[in-house]
Amino acid sequence: MATKTHLELTGVDIDFPTPSGPFKALSNVNLKIERGEFVSLIGHSGCGKSTVLNIVAGLYQATQGGVLLDGKEVNEPGPERAVVFQNHSLLPWLTAYENVELAVKQVFKNSKSKAEMKEWIEHNLHLVHMDHAMHKRPDEISGGMKQRVGIARALAMEPTVMLMDEPFGALDALTRAHLQDSLMEIQADLNNTVIMITHDVDEAVLLSDRIVMMTNGPAATVGEILEVKLERPRHRLALADDPEYNHYRAAVLSFLYEKQRKPVEGNAAPVATDTKQNSVAATAEETAAKTVLADEQAA
Amino acid sequence: MSSIALKLLKPLGLPDKLNLASLIKALVVPMSGILIFLFIWNVGARNIHTSLGEFPGPTQVYEQGLNLLDEHNRERQKEADFYQRQDDRNAKKLEKNPEAEIKIRGYTGKATFIDQIGTSLITVLAGFFAASLIAIPAGIVIGLNKTLYSAFNPVIQLFKPVSPLAWLPLVTMVVSAVYVSDDPMFAKSFITSLITVSLCCLWPTLLNTAVGVSTISADLNNVSKVLRLSWLTHVIKIVIPSAIPMIFTGLRLSLGIAWMVLIAAEMLAQNPGLGKFVWDEFQNGSSNSLGRIMVAVLVIGLIGFMLDRIMLMLQKKVSWDKTQELR
Ligand SMILES: Nc1ncnc2c1ncn2[C@@H]1O[C@H](COP(=O)(O)OP(=O)(O)OP(=O)(O)O)[C@@H](O)[C@H]1O
Ligand SMILES: [Mg+2]
Repeated sequence: MATKTHLELTGVDIDFPTPSGPFKALSNVNLKIERGEFVSLIGHSGCGKSTVLNIVAGLYQATQGGVLLDGKEVNEPGPERAVVFQNHSLLPWLTAYENVELAVKQVFKNSKSKAEMKEWIEHNLHLVHMDHAMHKRPDEISGGMKQRVGIARALAMEPTVMLMDEPFGALDALTRAHLQDSLMEIQADLNNTVIMITHDVDEAVLLSDRIVMMTNGPAATVGEILEVKLERPRHRLALADDPEYNHYRAAVLSFLYEKQRKPVEGNAAPVATDTKQNSVAATAEETAAKTVLADEQAA
Repeated sequence: MSSIALKLLKPLGLPDKLNLASLIKALVVPMSGILIFLFIWNVGARNIHTSLGEFPGPTQVYEQGLNLLDEHNRERQKEADFYQRQDDRNAKKLEKNPEAEIKIRGYTGKATFIDQIGTSLITVLAGFFAASLIAIPAGIVIGLNKTLYSAFNPVIQLFKPVSPLAWLPLVTMVVSAVYVSDDPMFAKSFITSLITVSLCCLWPTLLNTAVGVSTISADLNNVSKVLRLSWLTHVIKIVIPSAIPMIFTGLRLSLGIAWMVLIAAEMLAQNPGLGKFVWDEFQNGSSNSLGRIMVAVLVIGLIGFMLDRIMLMLQKKVSWDKTQELR
């Protein structure tokens, strides 16, 4: 159907210069993404997920290989690849509205009138349900609200691709569930291409069309790709008992905690790594339970 | 009674609800500090005998303060009288002959203590503004560029600790050589003081601005890159706001240094200002001199304190981080 790949990473390698010589974080990463697809990246901490995202964003330069977006090579950052940062990265001296405005003014300075810009800013803040607090500064709103504004800012750039680095990582389970639902709604409306990094297996399965699982670093690469063929719209409550959903979950969990479990012996810090993995597993399970619980209460 | 006290305390920025404990804290403690100081001063002064007599205690100093004000008022009266006489004379001349040429001569009286305060204030503010005008932009440029920073850092560190007294002869010579004009807009002494002050108070603002600018969070820089902000927009929208707290820390240090340096420079160079006042009184050596110098000391301290408070107020006004405690 699609004649040309929308977004394509081919043979991406990256070496970071370190005092003890170059450090190869990624090796031969290949990935093709269609227009409108929602792809999540999952993998152990430090494997190189953010690095992949930053290369697509143009913030890092691949040492070898490269990224093509609609046939054009990506070699610098730009608003058509909007980024939602893990820690919101709002300018603390601007209100929510002004933060979005900065982006809108930059992207639409030649194509929208003042009134149109205002309407567009308000529209995007409305999409993330931030109408009531749009004239508050970041230190006056909660973590979840800040993350919403970050998403609104990215959406307002009308990006070809949205890049999200653990957008909900720092939030509590209830807020996270709300934002996931909002994101699914928005995605259904706008049909953006999204690449999202997550640590949360449920989040990955619930939101994604495909889950890209990365091997452990150094020299990390794409391990497996899991296609999630669940019907949309998806409802977390209905899916909780769905055998298909649980099958996808199990597939991701088995990749992370069986196939990509780091070898304990010979590791520089074996104990620390091991406990970290276990605790991640525990939190993933716990979050799932909590999320369901929260939803039942809300219903 | 207590409500009056409350109203009086309001402008001091004290909380609305005052209980006894906070009243004691806010008023009684500083007051007793001042009283203890006055007491020690008084007792100490009586036991210090100089060639110009007893060291002045608080009462003598207070009297000299009034004296200085009086002298100022008398001088102003003289000046007004002088112009009045001149006007009268000119009016008479014109009456006789409407074509007559009229000369208006300026009054050349002695600069009073109050005049010297004015001169010093104008000089310090001019020097401080000149220094800030150079230091803030230069700090931003140096802070944004690691290479420039490493290149200039040694130079900055070298000049930062130099005393104004070392600069002064050089500045004086250079100003007399370079600043030659038949009708100078500013007096040479003003230019000399200004440059000396600027040279000494440049560094804290420069360094703090550079550090503030270079420590902007990587995330905000990334936002700027993703938005493809132009260099100027990046500086205005992201760099300056995030460096504002550091810039102000630098500015406050600079203004404090500027004020200290100015008094020393005026004293050494005999340039008009409070420094010259102190030096002249010292040379005079009358029995009142020490008291008058002491008035100057207190006024210098008070002005320095007020300058810092004004900067603090400005800082609070422009600071976006209202949770940060500024003092
Ligand atoms: N600028 C850099 N310089 C040197 N090494 C880096 C740099 N950025 C990342 N790395 C290294 O590359 C590896 C991958 O880092 P990355 O931040 O992409 O991991 P991640 O998968 O996003 O981890 P997390 O889930 O904890 O965010 C890590 O070992 C990290 O130390
Ligand atoms: Mg990361």
